[in-house]
Amino acid sequence: MLTLFADWFTYTLLRLPKGRLITEAVHFFAYDIPKIYLLLVVIVFAVAMLRTWIPAEKIKKVLSHRHQFVDNILAASLGIITPFCTCSAIPMFIGFVESGVPLGVTFSFLVASPMINEVAMVLLWGLFGARVALLYVGVGLLIAIVAGVIIGQLHMEKYVEDYVYKIKVGAAAGDDPMTFKDRIVASWRYVGEIFRKVAPWVAVGVAIGAFIHGYAPENFLARYAGRDNPFAVLLAVAIGIPLYSNAEGVIPIVQALWAKGLPLGTTLAFMMAVTGLSMPEMIILRRVLKPRLLATFIGVVGLGILIVGYFFNWVL
Amino acid sequence: MRIEILGSGCARCHGLEDSVRKALTMLGKDAEVVAVTDMQQIMAYGVMSMPALVIDGKVLSSGRVLSPEEAKKAIVGASV
Repeated sequence: MLTLFADWFTYTLLRLPKGRLITEAVHFFAYDIPKIYLLLVVIVFAVAMLRTWIPAEKIKKVLSHRHQFVDNILAASLGIITPFCTCSAIPMFIGFVESGVPLGVTFSFLVASPMINEVAMVLLWGLFGARVALLYVGVGLLIAIVAGVIIGQLHMEKYVEDYVYKIKVGAAAGDDPMTFKDRIVASWRYVGEIFRKVAPWVAVGVAIGAFIHGYAPENFLARYAGRDNPFAVLLAVAIGIPLYSNAEGVIPIVQALWAKGLPLGTTLAFMMAVTGLSMPEMIILRRVLKPRLLATFIGVVGLGILIVGYFFNWVL
Repeated sequence: MRIEILGSGCARCHGLEDSVRKALTMLGKDAEVVAVTDMQQIMAYGVMSMPALVIDGKVLSSGRVLSPEEAKKAIVGASV
């Protein structure tokens, strides 16, 4: 059906001649944009609905008293469906620590939450295909779990700012009761919020893709930052860390890099570094973490991303 | 009536504050609206998802940017 639309749009509405490069580019654009927008609306809505049943307050209860390693996996997975607004990072962190969620488990959540979410998944799926999207999610989870386990093993509880332990968390706020209709309304509005924010970036990403698809790719980056350059991943991560963007903002750049011949491992490492570690996030986390723990966090996650980058370049 | 908006000053928190102010105008009601950014105060309410709406010490919503309509409902509900 989407192909039909793209055919109609390109050949009938715009009357572009078949076989020309510009036609190809337009056709690609007319097919990809509706496809991604559709995916975006459906999946974001589904996740938003799911989320109305699992508020953060409930998550911490689930994570409090179980087997540690299982909790790391659980925390990282829950990180996927939790939208991460940097403004919630501190209250979540304090809330987790206060209710007895182990530090390592808390970190699994903190790592996964900004790096993997349904929006990143949809965009990667739409622009790079299902394989890349699943790889990204799988590897992101792995990094979050392993980083959390390592930080848990290091027993760095004393490097959490002291006041955190002194804060008295009030009794869990009364669940604001939602009817089924409320949930649908709230989820639908969330879709609108996300859509308005993401839609322009998708258009930019697809436009870059369409342009490169239609016109011959020049493997500019492949020459300088290809598989043969052992420093490429390191450089990509070093550039990515100070940059701050959510998944939707970085995708057009990622699309361009990849299309210009940057290997997949390097590209994904760059994306993870941008979304998973960022300057504003560190400044905010510094308010609850002493420098040593903050540095450990950056080090462990950064190292994980590097390994992933090299591994993918080597395997794929 | 004392209305508090809990959050660390992010865009979504401002969105909630806007909705609340609009709702108050619609209702022709005068109330004190305070943005609470102090973490200790926020945590005392036991909420973890920002932004949250608190009226007269009671948490009415968390993690959501209410529309002016919904904010209106919450305010009316709290005044009874």
